Amino acid sequence: MTTPTTDPGAAGPGAGAGEPAAGRRSWLREHSELGVCVLLSALGVLLLTDALTMDVDIAQRGPVGPRTVPVVVGGGLLVAAALLAADVLRGGRGRAETGEDVDLSEPADWRTVLLLTGVFLGAAVLIEPLGFPVAGALLFWGAAFALGSRRPDRDPLIAAVVSFVTYAVFDNLLGVPLPGGPLMGVL
Amino acid sequence: MNTLTSLMDGFGTALTPLNLLWAALGVLLGTAIGVLPGIGPAMAVALLLPVTYGLEPTGAFIMFAGIYYGAMFGGSTTSILLNTPGESAAVVAAMEGNPMAKSGRGAQALAAAAVGHFAGGMIGTMLLVALAPTVAGLAVDIGAPDYFALMVLAFIAVTSVLGSSRIRGMASLLIGLTIGLVGLDRMTGQQRLTFGSLQLADGIDVVIVAVGLFAIGEALWVAAHLRRRPPDPIPVGRPWLGRADLRRTWKSWARGPFIGFPFGAVPAGGAEIPTFLSYVTEKRLSKHRDEWGKGAIEGVAGPESAASASAAGTLVSMLTLGLPTTAVAAVMLAAFQQYGIQPGPLLFEREPDLVWGLIASLFVGMVLLLALNLPLAPVWAKLLRIPRPYLYAGILFFAAVGAYAVGGEVIDLVLLLIIGLVGFGMRRYGLPVLPAVIGVILGPAAEQQLRRALQISDGSVAGLADTPFSVTVYAVVVLLLGWPLVRRVLPRRGART
Repeated sequence: MTTPTTDPGAAGPGAGAGEPAAGRRSWLREHSELGVCVLLSALGVLLLTDALTMDVDIAQRGPVGPRTVPVVVGGGLLVAAALLAADVLRGGRGRAETGEDVDLSEPADWRTVLLLTGVFLGAAVLIEPLGFPVAGALLFWGAAFALGSRRPDRDPLIAAVVSFVTYAVFDNLLGVPLPGGPLMGVL
Repeated sequence: MNTLTSLMDGFGTALTPLNLLWAALGVLLGTAIGVLPGIGPAMAVALLLPVTYGLEPTGAFIMFAGIYYGAMFGGSTTSILLNTPGESAAVVAAMEGNPMAKSGRGAQALAAAAVGHFAGGMIGTMLLVALAPTVAGLAVDIGAPDYFALMVLAFIAVTSVLGSSRIRGMASLLIGLTIGLVGLDRMTGQQRLTFGSLQLADGIDVVIVAVGLFAIGEALWVAAHLRRRPPDPIPVGRPWLGRADLRRTWKSWARGPFIGFPFGAVPAGGAEIPTFLSYVTEKRLSKHRDEWGKGAIEGVAGPESAASASAAGTLVSMLTLGLPTTAVAAVMLAAFQQYGIQPGPLLFEREPDLVWGLIASLFVGMVLLLALNLPLAPVWAKLLRIPRPYLYAGILFFAAVGAYAVGGEVIDLVLLLIIGLVGFGMRRYGLPVLPAVIGVILGPAAEQQLRRALQISDGSVAGLADTPFSVTVYAVVVLLLGWPLVRRVLPRRGART
């Protein structure tokens, strides 16, 4: 588990030191948190659009209809985005979370994140045609591979054992049904 | 009322062989998963939710109680032996515990932590027994405006007291509220944010949000920054305490709960502040000032006891008012909702077997925790050596199991991944996760209470604050908004002593 911390003013000198040569790209990199503001306001606009295009006349009962709260939350998102942008431009930074296995001294490893996302999506697609035991084993093996484990003798074995034992425990002992797929049909 | 009779009945429920088995299983699973680096109590409870899907509610919550305390103790073990405190309640444990472990007194540090958890949990649960029925009794008559006020209080508490940046906490809360809005409006059946999708019309299951934010978000975040060489845990033998240590620690164990419980019980709880306060208190009262920072055993005993008691305290507001203030309480509330049970003042009347069985099993779980974890500590320490690719692959795997088991739908896995990516972004930019989860869980209920209250008052906003109760709660909200001024003083005091 990790602890969130923020550190207003930590990046102060870089922001206002005045290095014109550093250019727009490094300014954007320094202020990438503004992207969060963009996403927050996009979410706010989405919510407001959805609420205001709602057809509420028939459904309305009482003074407050289904539209009020989305409008308030949507407006709140826009305000939050603006306040956050102001905070970022004044040098405030949300500090990335730390944790037992987190090393922030090196740049983010996007390849691993993309691989994991792909493996997860793949498993989600395969769970119905192949059944849970096989798809789960592929998910475990693929994720371990993406995270840097390269033991072709051990990894698939561990993945298969974890997945089949989980399937058996959930399906038989705990009474939580999971799809067995064609393999379980054969066994 | 006859609280003691109810508690005895509760023990009758908790001590049946099957429920005892669930409690023991919960303690073992909770500790094992809590010890694993990178997994805190909230993620442990969220990942273990599907294990209880097939159980009836009483058994499930008895198991949860075990998981909760087990995971908290497991977290302290990790921070003492690795010195990389993960969850906030364990930060203080590492300050004295890790120096102790380094100087070869790891066994004593673990014992002080274990007994501290036991003492804090026992005293905290006794206070819970004494207090909860009274609070529930007082709260039975409160109406829609009062509930809405309480929920506003919870929102303000999690965004402005527990985090360190209010605007980021607020942004996180709003994200959660937005997710909570997806689906059919409960009062009119109007579709909101569903974009015509039938699956979205049912809303997004809270379990999927919790598992996505806590487990998937965390696993992806760690994957992006995985340490090349994980920290080496310090080997440790069987925990024990000598007579001299006992003489030093027993007062700290006894003091901790009285600092921890009140902070847990008010809806602005959390374990950060009480553990820190307990640390400062113990330091000031210690006869061995020179040892502080180098491994003073009181600095482990007091805060651990305070943390455990504050966990018991959070159950007061969770069970009697339905207000979660910590991540674990939020996930437990989600679990209650899975069973169609709404925690609140009526819970003690409607589900006495469940509530008192749960409370009794807190005592049972505490005894099991002490009995199982002292001998097993060397085994737990070995878990710290698990290869990280397997650990995080396992987290992704079990998160997928949990999300799929909710309804057996593939779309849930896709939603889980999307919410996990949101959680990843939140970790990158320092948005706390807890307010989002609280927003998803309490948002829909808060909207219903708000609309009910305004219906009663015929649209007049004054109807929201027309009872003494709601006025009091809004006064507390105002006080909380002024809290940062007080908070700014606290660390300074800690640094001076």
